[in-house]
Amino acid sequence: MRALLLRDIKLAMRAGGGFGLALAFFLVLVVLVPFGLGSEPAQLASVAPGILWIGALLACLLSLDRLFQLDYEDGALDHLALAPIPLTGVVLAKATAHWLTTALPLIIVAPFLGALLNLPNEGYFWLVVSLIVGSPSLSVIGAFGAALCVGLKRGSLLLSLLVLPLYVPTLIFGMEIVRRGISGQETSAPLALLTAISLGCLAILPFAAAQALRANLR
Amino acid sequence: MVTLNNLSVARGGRRLIQGLNLTIGAGRAVILHGPNGSGKTSLLRTIAGLQLPAEGQVEVDEDSLIFAGHLDAIKAQLTVHENLEFWQSIYGSNPALIARALTAFNLENLSERAAASLSAGQKRRLGLARLIVADRAVWILDEPTVSLDTASIALFDAALATHLAQGGVAMIATHVALDQKATILDMQDFVATAQTEFDPFLEGSAL
Repeated sequence: MRALLLRDIKLAMRAGGGFGLALAFFLVLVVLVPFGLGSEPAQLASVAPGILWIGALLACLLSLDRLFQLDYEDGALDHLALAPIPLTGVVLAKATAHWLTTALPLIIVAPFLGALLNLPNEGYFWLVVSLIVGSPSLSVIGAFGAALCVGLKRGSLLLSLLVLPLYVPTLIFGMEIVRRGISGQETSAPLALLTAISLGCLAILPFAAAQALRANLR
Repeated sequence: MVTLNNLSVARGGRRLIQGLNLTIGAGRAVILHGPNGSGKTSLLRTIAGLQLPAEGQVEVDEDSLIFAGHLDAIKAQLTVHENLEFWQSIYGSNPALIARALTAFNLENLSERAAASLSAGQKRRLGLARLIVADRAVWILDEPTVSLDTASIALFDAALATHLAQGGVAMIATHVALDQKATILDMQDFVATAQTEFDPFLEGSAL
């Protein structure tokens, strides 16, 4: 599993791996917002948490279709399915690699982009906390969707349609944490729920994804 | 080491092979002959466990098996050595096997080259080198000699001979004459006569 994780990180970093693509998309999206909504600081501040969360979510989605598809196309997925590591472990390693190469950079740049959108000072801490707690569920749900769509032509569009609705709970509670943080309210309830979503996804979805992969390899 | 009991194989809702009984003991190779579409790939994928049999059983220790199909499972961005190193750690075998695999398929001079720059034949040799790195007893090979030149086929033949001499087993679909003592399995003898149609949706749903 460690070998697979390291290989996927290495592949993402090398030329053509798509590292930085999600990051650039996130940046462009956030920069576009003031053009669309007007550059009124108070108005931007009120939509900043939402834009940052939706931006991170869409950026996460960008690299998902490659998660299993590349290994499926070159035959490596067949061999991984027969290798001594369990397929659930393969899914977990790949989801972790996705989180490290896509979600983690997004979390790191999110506060800087928050400054572009005039995010209130109290919001920075909660933005980063909510992204750290919520993003593992984005990667694991995404891995499940990618496993369902592996082997399909033009699967990436179907993948978005499948995965985006499943991202709704994560988005709701992630947003709620930032909103409450900014207005000085108690944040422990949405934080606990978001943690539960992430842990629940981590516990269940790798098994479901492994079954989906097995069915798609037949 | 591999036993097939009354095996039937279906693909896309159509039964291709039926009534196949076969036992392969240590050190033996079986070569599959048959025209395109006769079910060689489906049979090999079924034995490897990537596809469920329509009927009958495959008895083989899953942890002793390695499959090599039409695709080489090579990552173009990694070097030849890195590709082999990855599979070595996935299969948890002895790291010294990487050097042996490079020698066996004459890849030593290419070992630091990016796999993207390899020719089709070189890629295939790298794909086959994985077999040695994995260090598994049962080789299930689907057209292993495609795009290999005569010299490379000889390398493959030698690797296969070593594998069999060490008590390994191989099942190979190929059109090339290999220099091995092998049982020939003609797919024509097992062509499905009962044209049972399966619902492709339910195919393999009997878990």
